[in-house]
Amino acid sequence: MKRFVYINDESYQNDYCDNRISNTKYTLLNFLPKNLWEQFRRFMNQYFLLIACLQLWSLITPVNPASTWGPLIFIFAVSATKEAWDDYNRYISDKQANEKEVWIVKNGTRKHIQAQDIRVGNIVWIRENEEVPCDLVLIGTSDSQGICHVETAALDGEIDLKTRVIPSTCVGLDCEQLHKIKGVIECPNPDKDIRRLDANIRLFPPFIDNDICPLTISNTLLQSCYLRNTEWACGVAVYTGNETKLGMSRGVPEPKLTAMDAMIDKLTGAIFLFQIAVVLVLGSAGNVWKDTEARKQWYVKYDDDEPWYQICVIPLRFELLCSIMIPISIKVSLDFVKSLYAKFIDWDEEMYDHETDTPAHAANTAISEDLGQVEYILTDKTGTLTENKMIFRRCCIGGTFYGNESGDALRDVELLNAVANSSPHVIKFLTVMTLCNTVIPIKSSSGAILYKAQSQDEDALVNAASNLHMVLVNKNGNNAEIHFNGRVVQYEILDILEFTSDRKRMSVVVLDCESGKIFLLSKGADEAIIPCAYSGQRIKTFVDAVDKYAQLGLRTLCLGWRELETEEYLEWSRSFKEANSALVDREWKVAEVCQKLEHSLEILGVSAIEDRLQVGVPETIEILRQSGINFWMLTGDKQSTAIQIALLCNLISSEPKGQLLYINGRTEDEVVRSLERVLLTMRITTSEPKELAFVVDGCALEIILSRYNEAFTELAVLSKTAICCRVTPSQKAQLVKLLKSCDYRTLAIGDGGNDVRMIQQADIGVGISGREGLQAARAADYSIGKFRFLKRLILVHGRYSYNRTAFLSQYSFYKSFFSFLSGIAGTSLFNSVSLMAYNVFYTSIPVLTTVLDKDLSEKTVMQNPEILLYCQAGRLLNPSTFAGWFGRSLYHALVVFLITIHAYANEKSEMEELSMVALSGSICLQAFVVTLEMNSLTFVQFLAIWGNFMAFYIINFFISSIPSAGMYTIMFRLCRQLTYWVTLLLISGVGMGPVLALKYFRYTYKPSAINILQKAERSFGPMYTLVNLESQLRSDMENTNISFSTTPVKNKASVYEPLLSDSPISSRRTLAASSFDIFQPAQSRNTSSYPRNIKAN
Amino acid sequence: MNGQAAGSSSGGSGDGGAAPRRNTRKPKYSKFTQQELPACKPILTPKWVISVFVLVGVIFVPIGLVSLMASRKVVEIVDRYDDACVPPNTTDKLAYIQNPTISKNCTRTLTVPKDMDAPIFVYYQLDNFYQNHRRYVKSRSDTQLRDASKANDTSTCDPESVANGTAIVPCGLIAWSTFNDTYGFVHNSKNLTVDKKDISWKSDREHKFGSDVFPKNFQKGPLIGGKTLDPNIPLSQQEDLIVWMRTAALPTFRKLYGRIHTDLKKGDSITVALENNYNTYSFSGKKKLVLSTSTWLGGKNDFLGLAYLTVGGLCFFLAFAFTLLYLIKPRKLGDNNYLSWNRNPAGR
Repeated sequence: MKRFVYINDESYQNDYCDNRISNTKYTLLNFLPKNLWEQFRRFMNQYFLLIACLQLWSLITPVNPASTWGPLIFIFAVSATKEAWDDYNRYISDKQANEKEVWIVKNGTRKHIQAQDIRVGNIVWIRENEEVPCDLVLIGTSDSQGICHVETAALDGEIDLKTRVIPSTCVGLDCEQLHKIKGVIECPNPDKDIRRLDANIRLFPPFIDNDICPLTISNTLLQSCYLRNTEWACGVAVYTGNETKLGMSRGVPEPKLTAMDAMIDKLTGAIFLFQIAVVLVLGSAGNVWKDTEARKQWYVKYDDDEPWYQICVIPLRFELLCSIMIPISIKVSLDFVKSLYAKFIDWDEEMYDHETDTPAHAANTAISEDLGQVEYILTDKTGTLTENKMIFRRCCIGGTFYGNESGDALRDVELLNAVANSSPHVIKFLTVMTLCNTVIPIKSSSGAILYKAQSQDEDALVNAASNLHMVLVNKNGNNAEIHFNGRVVQYEILDILEFTSDRKRMSVVVLDCESGKIFLLSKGADEAIIPCAYSGQRIKTFVDAVDKYAQLGLRTLCLGWRELETEEYLEWSRSFKEANSALVDREWKVAEVCQKLEHSLEILGVSAIEDRLQVGVPETIEILRQSGINFWMLTGDKQSTAIQIALLCNLISSEPKGQLLYINGRTEDEVVRSLERVLLTMRITTSEPKELAFVVDGCALEIILSRYNEAFTELAVLSKTAICCRVTPSQKAQLVKLLKSCDYRTLAIGDGGNDVRMIQQADIGVGISGREGLQAARAADYSIGKFRFLKRLILVHGRYSYNRTAFLSQYSFYKSFFSFLSGIAGTSLFNSVSLMAYNVFYTSIPVLTTVLDKDLSEKTVMQNPEILLYCQAGRLLNPSTFAGWFGRSLYHALVVFLITIHAYANEKSEMEELSMVALSGSICLQAFVVTLEMNSLTFVQFLAIWGNFMAFYIINFFISSIPSAGMYTIMFRLCRQLTYWVTLLLISGVGMGPVLALKYFRYTYKPSAINILQKAERSFGPMYTLVNLESQLRSDMENTNISFSTTPVKNKASVYEPLLSDSPISSRRTLAASSFDIFQPAQSRNTSSYPRNIKAN
Repeated sequence: MNGQAAGSSSGGSGDGGAAPRRNTRKPKYSKFTQQELPACKPILTPKWVISVFVLVGVIFVPIGLVSLMASRKVVEIVDRYDDACVPPNTTDKLAYIQNPTISKNCTRTLTVPKDMDAPIFVYYQLDNFYQNHRRYVKSRSDTQLRDASKANDTSTCDPESVANGTAIVPCGLIAWSTFNDTYGFVHNSKNLTVDKKDISWKSDREHKFGSDVFPKNFQKGPLIGGKTLDPNIPLSQQEDLIVWMRTAALPTFRKLYGRIHTDLKKGDSITVALENNYNTYSFSGKKKLVLSTSTWLGGKNDFLGLAYLTVGGLCFFLAFAFTLLYLIKPRKLGDNNYLSWNRNPAGR
């Protein structure tokens, strides 16, 4: 299918949609049904609705229906409001984009309209630095050559400027003509491929010839790009609104569900089954009892002929009683604490970036726990790990190293002297730096010269040269003017041999206007330049220099030059022009011709440019890797740079500690072979303490992902580190998807528009609000100012959130079971008001303060990042811990129930009293349990727990003084009875004694790593100073003997040990058995590296 | 409990100047927002846990002793009469009890095992009687009991809400099935007066049962359940009804019948003249007459005392066991060598 776009012809415009962008999920009309539908997709909500409906049947309801309907409606209202608010914000931002004013041509004149009114076929005018409102086919620019520059960062994340040219038929049209132009563009239906457009254009007479002219992607301006360095450009709208390339590739982000939510849902399902079983058993038992026993009980007065449905009344009644087992309050509580976690992230001062004035922000409030369970981090390179600021740092000119001492060649006195003395080598070097590029100097109004460069490297080189007094002042057409030490030098640029990724070099041919000599100036990657050296030149120093710089993580470029004979040049120039106008295989032919000129170069030197790593990146990566997180680096950059950066930031280790395995190749066969080879190596070496990482590039990845998914998946699982270079945004997203499909929790972090899809795809998306704009940060769940905050985000916030939610959710189930089991004995032991209050109020408030609970201090976590494993593997919330809580609830329910009925037997067996005793007993136990399970108690928690206990009495005293209430005077009576207090004390004692004993025993003799660290934290506090002084001294001595190593590799072997023996995948499925063998003697003191803690103290 | 303020790291970019520039987006500092509230971190140290257990033991054992003693001090006479009061040759007990023409009088003789000081509480005890049955418990109308004008408010009273077309006051199964056995006591050939005043809760008499609400149309249905009420006495003075309507939570329960204000001596013999009206034979429930003295703990109930003693004992045992364990196998606090990743030799 194709679409035919008639340029500037109103009669055809209505065939396609207008340019209205819409990212909203709902409309006013469909909000309610759609939102409800989405909410009811969760099992829990369906369940509660069912229960609520059942409760409307008064025959079977044991409690007031309001006790379910109230919370249910509240929960739904809260979620719906939140959704509505989010959607409203999306609507507002869409509206802003839609109402932006743009110029279009209508009836031969230019008009101002809103962006949303652009129709397909309109001619749109854009000025410099304006955003392109829809996909355009370029037909005219201010440039006489028909060239314009665009920045496509929002689309693909590449920040260099791209050149766009007008199609050949449109060359030479002036403004007037452009207003009247008519024609037809034949283009495919909208798709999301941003690198391809197979279209053609035909202009109608009187415009030139009636020929069809092919269009490619280089003739387009795509939506959301920015026009740069060009005064104006105009184009024909071909795709509009949500049909643009950007709109098509904008996937609808799926709502994210955390692993914990999934686990909670699973547990809920299990409970539901359990509940069904209970209902069936008790229900049938109840029916049998009713038929055999209850009929004999004349005082109950059963009718003899009952309707048929009576048989299911008792089971349904039990179902309703059991429904308390699944706590309705859990969703409200979880939502509440989750939004508080998010707030804590927003509030965190230590994640505030002073430099850019950006605090951290959690856009998605629902997934903080997942941060603590991350297993894979997929990171972008440029701008995420690095600062994305290229700075010229060092150089090696003619065998002399500059900038080695200071780390900054621009301040190296020797170099400055050499410049001042006009050392010929240095001058040549600087000339190449200044001229061999496509940089455009622009004089600002203040007289300073600004450079506009397509690549940041060139920008860095030209700037560095200007600092070294070789200033590119003007580039007018083909003439370049250079000021050097007060002299003005004129050059004429004869030819530009463009950079391509195959050639890996670029050259210019310039004519020195003074001397009339012609020079070839080349720069490029070392492997592309050094082989072109003239035979006899000693290239060893340069090779060494390149190696040395690469090890420092600097981006190196080799610079070379050659003087050309005029004849040679003229001859070559002819063939170059020929190649340039070739219609078939032009690129290849041009490359061939260039090759002919680029030989016998005199290598001038090597420049080293630094794309500085952000502060704290290596440390962050090291800590996160220690905590068992695997890192993948996905970058659009080239392989060598990617590897260098990876080395620099501890992602991979150099030989012999680590080994890089390359997967590359141009053809499918090559790729498959190398993939198999890598896989084999991986399998063999998994047991060795060697760090393996694989490197794959975009082309190979394309082949692999499309056809060899399985092998690659295996590789992905085996490999802890991977570097993927030259990958496209969609490949990044595909990789995330792949890891997700292996059931890993993924976190994607990036800063540019090209990372958006990866960020949306990942379980957690983190955006860095950086240099490349805010698209990533906007799409992300979390945005932070710098990469280094990631460790705090994961280790502190993620971990705390996980721990807190684990506790909260299990506790919610615990208390619900508990109340259910207490309630089953009678009809409903508790009256409906107390029951609702119990569930929603008394037991929820104290536990909400778990948001303040910290099991370990932030410092300890940072020092022992391995502890994150507990969260990753889901050790704190899984069926086995859940069973523990279940057992406890069973025990506590039995305790409360048995003690109450025995203490309040015989003459004291009054229903209201008894239920109140049981309720107070339950609440008392709850308070104790929360207190015991909290790891740190702030006054807020104290207040909430025991204040809540007090509130229970105050409220009940209040209710007890209302004559019409069912429990009138009950509480006063009870409080006057000594028995009541004695019973309460007994319940607490019996309930908590074994819990405390068990906890203590586990804590001391079967401690988890968390417990050990807690104790360590404590023991280095002020309490046991004397005891510890000794051990500290001893450990200090040992530290001198066994040098404590902080290098990644030495630790790594031990660091990954828990992963190997007890990997998150396996332990996630098995019941989390503690892997700590407690009775093993502490033999390791002399063999293992000593704990970091002690060193830090 | 050992407390320690959580010192938290304040490194990094956190602590800016004392006078931060305004109009930055820097989050405002507070201890709460930074999660740095001072906290006490209880650690289960052996010392602490052992002393807690000892303390609990020290508290629980005396309480147990006191409760047990109190319970032992109570003198209780329990006499089951449901079987004994049916003539020995009766085969169908149900038919016997349902036959209104047969006299249900019965005489029982009780011997006082120990001195009993006044007041002596007279209870009747029913076993296997489900006052907590859902259908039963719900079958009452509190508004009707309280308010004379709401006599027709019987919607919750099914199946005992109307009889002969008019509302029953008091309606419902509970009222309908009020216990109707009566006891008379003879001691040393003197009648012992049973004080039936104030056997119900004061709050019930004053607020739950109206003084202007009179029984009406009660026990007029085809089936007679239990006690009939004098239609001339207001509900607030029908104390047997009030007591009965405080439903019991368990199938075995005692309800107060009255008090005897005479001391009884050990070996005294009491003759009880009772009217065995109430039907427990259809569901094989038991009926017992209980005479009991009272202490601060209430009636005789060894449970609390025994439970306290057991728990106290167990606490001592646990404390002892933990101490022993601690002495035999001391675990140094906070030895990082126990961490799995520190324990395994590097470069395995």
